[in-house]
Order: sequence, then C-alpha cells, then structure tokens
Amino acid sequence: MEGPINNTIGKASGKLTKEDFISDQMVKWCPGCGAHFILNAVEKVFPEIGYKPENFVIVSGIGCSSRFPYYVNTYGFHGIHGRAHPIASGVKLANPGLSVWIATGDGDSMAIGGNHFIHIVRRNIDVNILLFNNQIYGLTKGQFSPTSPMGSVTKTSPYGTIEKPFNTGGLVLGAQGTFFARAVDNNIPLMTKIMFQAAKHDGTSVMEIMQNCIVFNDQCHSAITDKEFRDETQLILEHDKPMIFGKEKNKGIKLDGTQLRVVEIGKNGITESDILVHDKYCQDPGIHRMLVRMAPPEYPMALGVIRSAFAPTYDDMMIEQISQQRQSGKIRSMDDLLNSGDTWEM
Amino acid sequence: MSKVNKTNEKPTVEKSSIVVKFVGDSGDGMQLTGTLFAETAALSGNDLATFPDFPAEVRAPQNTIAGVSGFQLQFGHEKIYSVGDMCDALIAMNPASMKAHLKWAKKGALIITDADAFNEKTIEKAGYTSNPLDDGTLEPYNIIKAPITTLTKKALEGVEGMDNKQALRSRNMFVLGMLYFIFDKPLKHTYEFFETKFKNNPVALAANKIVLKSGFDYAETVEAIHQVITVPKAPMVKGKYRNITGNVATAWGLMAAAEKARRHLFLGSYPITPATEILMELTKHKSLGIRTFQAEDEIAGICSAIGASFAGAFACTTTSGPGLSLKSEAMGLAVITELPLVIVNVQRGGPSTGLPTKSEQSDLLQALYGRNGEAPMIVMAASTPVDCFYAAFEISKLSLEHMTPAILLTEGYLGFGSELFKIPKMSELPDINPPYADPKKEYKPYERNPDTLARYWAVPGTPGLRHRIGGLEKTNVDGFVSTDPHNHELMVQIREEKVQRIANIIPDQEVFGDENDDLLVVTWGSTLGVVRKAIEEERAQGVKVAHTHFRYIYPLPKNTEQLLSKYKKILVCELNNGQLVKYLRLNFPHIPYKQKNKVQGQPFTIKELKDEFTKILKEK
Repeated sequence: MEGPINNTIGKASGKLTKEDFISDQMVKWCPGCGAHFILNAVEKVFPEIGYKPENFVIVSGIGCSSRFPYYVNTYGFHGIHGRAHPIASGVKLANPGLSVWIATGDGDSMAIGGNHFIHIVRRNIDVNILLFNNQIYGLTKGQFSPTSPMGSVTKTSPYGTIEKPFNTGGLVLGAQGTFFARAVDNNIPLMTKIMFQAAKHDGTSVMEIMQNCIVFNDQCHSAITDKEFRDETQLILEHDKPMIFGKEKNKGIKLDGTQLRVVEIGKNGITESDILVHDKYCQDPGIHRMLVRMAPPEYPMALGVIRSAFAPTYDDMMIEQISQQRQSGKIRSMDDLLNSGDTWEM
Repeated sequence: MSKVNKTNEKPTVEKSSIVVKFVGDSGDGMQLTGTLFAETAALSGNDLATFPDFPAEVRAPQNTIAGVSGFQLQFGHEKIYSVGDMCDALIAMNPASMKAHLKWAKKGALIITDADAFNEKTIEKAGYTSNPLDDGTLEPYNIIKAPITTLTKKALEGVEGMDNKQALRSRNMFVLGMLYFIFDKPLKHTYEFFETKFKNNPVALAANKIVLKSGFDYAETVEAIHQVITVPKAPMVKGKYRNITGNVATAWGLMAAAEKARRHLFLGSYPITPATEILMELTKHKSLGIRTFQAEDEIAGICSAIGASFAGAFACTTTSGPGLSLKSEAMGLAVITELPLVIVNVQRGGPSTGLPTKSEQSDLLQALYGRNGEAPMIVMAASTPVDCFYAAFEISKLSLEHMTPAILLTEGYLGFGSELFKIPKMSELPDINPPYADPKKEYKPYERNPDTLARYWAVPGTPGLRHRIGGLEKTNVDGFVSTDPHNHELMVQIREEKVQRIANIIPDQEVFGDENDDLLVVTWGSTLGVVRKAIEEERAQGVKVAHTHFRYIYPLPKNTEQLLSKYKKILVCELNNGQLVKYLRLNFPHIPYKQKNKVQGQPFTIKELKDEFTKILKEK
C-alpha cells in the first residue's frame, strides 16, 4: 500500500482484524460465486483502512451484489433497485465523517440506476462504489444486462442481444469521474489494493470488479481471468511504472500517434523506454480513456487504478459553504429568521 | 389611520373588506405591484390574504390572454379567510387582461385601466371585436380610463438618464400610487422599499418615487375618482406580524422542527412547480446548517433523504403530484425501514403534467394508498398559508418521535398564497424527542417502544449499534431478513398499529357551529377559508349550518365517527372528484354523505357554496 490514509474519518485506536467485520448472517450467494471473493477482500481491507468499525456504512441497491451489507458487520442499508447511489449520497452528506461504500451490480448501476450513477460520479461525492460486473441479471435468473456483450444469448435474448454494451470506465470518465479502477474477482490481493486506494481517494471512487456468475453466465470473463493465458490478457497498472505485461514481461503499451498499440520489447527496435508510463493522477483523462477501452483479443484488459485525479469533493464544498455562512450569516437561530425582514407590531 | 392627504376633499366611505385584483402582461410587474400594496395594507393594520395567478410559461406572447399574469388580494378590518372571489377593484393593464378577468369584477366595481394600451392591434389580439372602453362593455362598472403610459412618460420628462423603455417599466408604480390615494394608504413603505432596492441606482430610485407620487396626485385630481375608500384596522391579536407565503411557511416549519429536534435538516428535492420555492427557501439558510441536495430526479430526492435519515439527519423531500408518483417505491422503503421522513406534496392539477400552476386537492388517495404493499404513513393537510408552518412542524414531530414517514399535503393555492403570520417564539413550540437507541444496551433494530411501537434510531458512527436494515422484510425485534409468513403478517400489523396509535395524541376533531345544526359541511386543505366565510355569512342569516375541517387525515381524530354521526346531513366539499368523501365512506359507511366537488383549478366561490348549502337544506 502506498502510505496511510489521511482524512477526517475517525480511526480505531487499536489494530483491527477481519473478525471485527464478520457478520452473524449466513452468506447466501451460490457456492463458487465471485461475490465471495469480493467479500473476502473487503473483510481484509477494512481493518487495514483502520477506521473505527462504526464509521463504515455499506449501502446497496437490489441484485445478488446488493445482499452485501448483510454480510459485513458495519452499519448497512439495503436499498431499492438502482437507488444505492442517492441513498449513499444522503448518508455521506448527513454525516461526512462516515466512510460510505456502495455494493452494486451492472443491472443496478448501469440500467435502472444509470442516471444516479453518472450523477454521483459527476458530483464527486466521497463514496466508494464496488461495481460487481457479471454482465447478467443473476437474482432474476439470467436476463441480459447493459454490460452483456452484443449477441449475448440469455433468457430474454434467445437470438442474441442486438444492443451495444456500456463500457463502465468510459461512462465514469464521460461523467468526469475522478477515480476508476478495475479488478478481477479471482485476484484478492489486487482487489484489496484498489479498495485501499479507493478509500484513500477523496471523491467518488468506482471499482469495476469483473465477477463470474457461476450459474447464469459462467466463464463470462474467462478471456481475462483464465490462469492459462491471463498474463497475456491482463495489464496490471501501477502508477509511475511502464505498462508492461505478458508471461515473459516482454509486452508493453506504446502510444502510437493518437492510439495505443501493443508492442514487443526487443522487436523492431522497441525498448522499455518506448513503453508508456502510467500516470493515474493525470488530470487530462485522454490516456485513461484509451486504457479503459482496451480489451482482448487485440489488447490486454487494463486492471488496477486507471485514474485517480484530484478534484474537490461535493461534501467538502458543502461543509465549506455552511461554515462560511455560519461565520458571516446574520441569521443564527429560528427566532432570528422569524423576526427578520419586514415585521411590524399590531 | 390618519388621512395621508390632508387637502383631500373627496368624500370618504368605510368598507369592512376590499378585494383588489391586478392583471396585466407577464412583464408588467403585477406581482410586485400586488405585493407592495399588500405590505402597505398590512403595515396599516389590515388583515389580508394574497394569491398570485400566473401562466405556466415564463413570458407568454405580449398582449395575449395566455400571457396574462394576475395577483389578487383581500384586505379588511375583519378576519380575512381568503382572497375572496369577486373583486371590488380590478386593475387591468391591457385589453387581454381585461378580457380575461372582467368576469371577476363585481357590478359597480372600480376598473382602472391604461387607456394608452388600447389600440386596434392589442384590442384584436385580446379577442375583442370592438374597443371595450367605448362600446358599452364597461357600463356596469366604475371605469377609470387613465392614460397611464402618457402620464408616466410625462412625469419622468425631467429625470436625467431615463429612456423611454425604462420609463414604461414604471407604469405599474403609477397605478400603485393611484390605489394608495383611492384606499387611503401611505406611500412611505413603498418609498422605503425603493430606497433599499435601488440603493445603487439613483436614477431608478428617483424615477419610481416620482411615478408613484404622480399616480397618487392624479387620482386626487381626476374627477372620475369621486370618493376615498377607507378600510379601518383589523382587530388582530396583539403581537409582532409578518406576511408569509405557504411555501416559505412550510420551509420554516421544517426548519423549526429541526431546531427543536436538535438534528441537521436535510432536504433532498427536485425542482417542480408549485413546490420549488420550499427548496429555494431552504437553500438560503446555510447559516443555520441546513443541507439541501438538488437531486437528479424525484427518486434521488427522496432516496437521498432516506439515506440522510438513516445517518441521523431530520430528512425531508418536497414535491408536487407527479413527483409523488415517482417517489412511491422509495416511500415504501421508508415505511419498511421505519425511518422518520417528511414528504411534502404541494398539490397541483392532475393527472400527469395536468395544470402545473393551478391548485387541486386530487392527491389525497395517492397519499393514502399510492404504494405497493401495505404501506401506511401519517397524512396531514395544511389549511392556510400560515398553517403550513404549524402543520409542517407538527408532522415533523410526529414523524421523528414515532419513527415513521409522513406526508404533508399542501396545495399550489396555499404555497403561492400569503397571509399575515403572527410570529411565534421558538420557546412556545414543543420540544421534539426522537427515540434514540441506547449504545450501552444490546441493539436490536426492530425492538420497540411499548407505547408508541416506534423502533429506536441507531445513528451510524455510534459505537455498539452497528446494524443492517433495508427493503426486505425483517423479523420483529431482531431485524433479520425473513420470509416467515407469520412474521410478515405481524410486521404489517405493527406498522399499521404504530401509525394508528398516533390518533391517541392528536387533538379531537372540532366543530364550528352547533350539534343540532341541520347541515355539517366537511372540508380539508385550502378550502377552509372560503367555506368558513360562507358558513359565517349563512349563520348570520340564521341558517343552521356547521363546519368541521380535517387537518389530520391518517390517522383520523378518534372522535370522527361520533362527530359525524350527530348530523342528518353532511356535505363534503373538495376541489377534486370526491376523495375525502370516498375515504370517509370507506371508514364510516353508515353515514349519509353528500358531496360538492369542483375540478377547475380554481377555488370555490362563496356564492356557489351558499347555493349548494341552500339546495341540500331544501332536500327532503
């Protein structure tokens, strides 16, 4: 992890462990579901983040992902379909001293909650969004979602879908997002790492987790998660490091004119110095936009923290406006207000 | 009140109340003119009520009926219940406004108009075939054909830096000056208003003062104005007063509740006519720590409020009919999570977009029943602009102390309307004490106060109270996810019983009139004023008609059935197709109700109410 978290959320005095966050509820996801790994990563990272357990709030919408709050021993709120984002916004704005996490899925956030999703990102409210992307509606048992690839055969698309999927990262950056990271469900250390960095980031952090649905969309992400060839299809980004991947660590991403290209180090005169160096803090989202679109077979998929740009948060600005007005405003109480302006005795 | 104009030689007549209506183009400044007149009347000791009547469009085409903007007020030396229906004075700035509003003028009413605004083009645009100033249309009235445009320009001839356009903009102040003479009111307060408003614009300040005074002097000299009308002070309860609109009063009632509950006020809202002013008002008061969130839609408005309530704020959302429809699912979430939440619905004409700027009482059944599942919540209705303050305060107290969402119904008519508000002291209002969880005890999310059945509020950030709640049914006490059939039925019954027990603490339903009267008139919402006035007038004539007005609708006051059972004839008057009457029939089916309904986006008139009472009383 790169340095401790510095913000105003109250820290625990002693060291916390996983046990501090395990809930007494039976976890009811299917055996082998990717969500178990995500839960595992959260239980691991919350003690590392180190806030007092009572300062964590997990909010969710509807779907398999959204049962998440019941399974972590924090304050939790299981909302309604698509509405985790405004509910979480209300929690954070009512008490900015809370660390607010959203557990949501591709149906919840990209379809019914799409409007709320882009607006929370645009406002840059300091919450952390765990977006479980299994490209399918699991809880309703197998209908296509807004991230299902074109042509997906599902229960509601027996002849294949005829609509283009959303690119989650593209949507986040289009909404002027300040933080976007991507991970795969079978890499718990990577998930833990991006969760820690999301907690550290001031503003809306979106973490897209490529999650397997063992029942309705098994192997949906196998092109990037399969152990056989994942070294060739995953580019795990690290800040200030060249974008190198491949089993032999001999492949890299080069900026070629206005496009990214996969190149092989040592071939055609390519050296490591030709390889693009990742800058997650870059304000200009140009390269980040290209990175989020990369996908096999032409490219590896970019994982890790793709963007973490500085921008003031909505919650900080709200508190700032209130404290300014508290200092300069003439109205100090309801009695002041009731008696302000034009009044007269009768 | 002493005479403003000592040299005035015109005879004076005294009236107990006067209805004035200002109508003109959207850009003619009728709202401002009306507001200034109202403030002066209030300062001179009259009781009053005001109501603006403007088009849905920001500035509809000039000189058309669609573009007419109006402002009505009634001021008096008696208790003023409403803005009245027919006016004693109509100020019509152009032919279109005269065409649209002349029907609201009493026979013999004073009509003031700008004769310069009547030309071939404007007369035709208004839909007149001939000039109403000459063709006898105005014979039944006392018409003042003042060349206001010419006189305003003339008055400003000597003022440096005045162009024609600016000069024309102060036409409305000329009329206001005339009215101050006619109704024997001082210019002082309006002068003070100019001095504040035009602090940095000496040209405008001088011009407005000159025009106002010119209008006053003109009225004094012109022969057509043959008398001065005085309306003596009203017998008001001693105290400090201000004028307030219903929407501002609603905002302040919510703020007062937050102060008394010692919680941050959070408002999640989306702009919608006619409720937006509540959001606008609350955003101003950051010095009191108010947190407002203008959400991306109605659903996000209520959901942010639910999140804020979970996190320990006193949360509200404000909307109008179509917005309430959008919030339905989330309202159910607030019911099942048993969180305090105040939903304000400033009703307008529906269905769908309907009549956005017009008033109606047609969301009562939606408020009572418009949710999936068994989802009871408190429903209250405010009855006057000032009552919006008290109703908002009371419903907030109930919602916070009983851990249940609540709907406050107001109406566009109340929200935009204003009346005099006797300023309360905050120390006179009761404290609000929500049931907080005890962090020293083991916390169970659905453990309840045995008297109220309210669960305890455990605010995130508090050690020892971590818990999970949400939209899935939970076991009573422990709060675990459960589909157990008996538990679900129990929870449904508890949520209902929790709201019903509120009937134990709300005041009994009262009657204006006598137990043995021949007819009981039943109302709710904004119709209080006009119906009460009609009933007072009838009773003064010896007609035995009584009145009961509902503020608490769900639950109903405990004595409702007993009260209604005393009368042989009951008439429920509503601005809808009959919603309260349906609800009463459902609850107390043995009582024979009659109904009087109006769905025109307009309030009842006293005359149509009296006619209805007479008709019902004659029936065997």
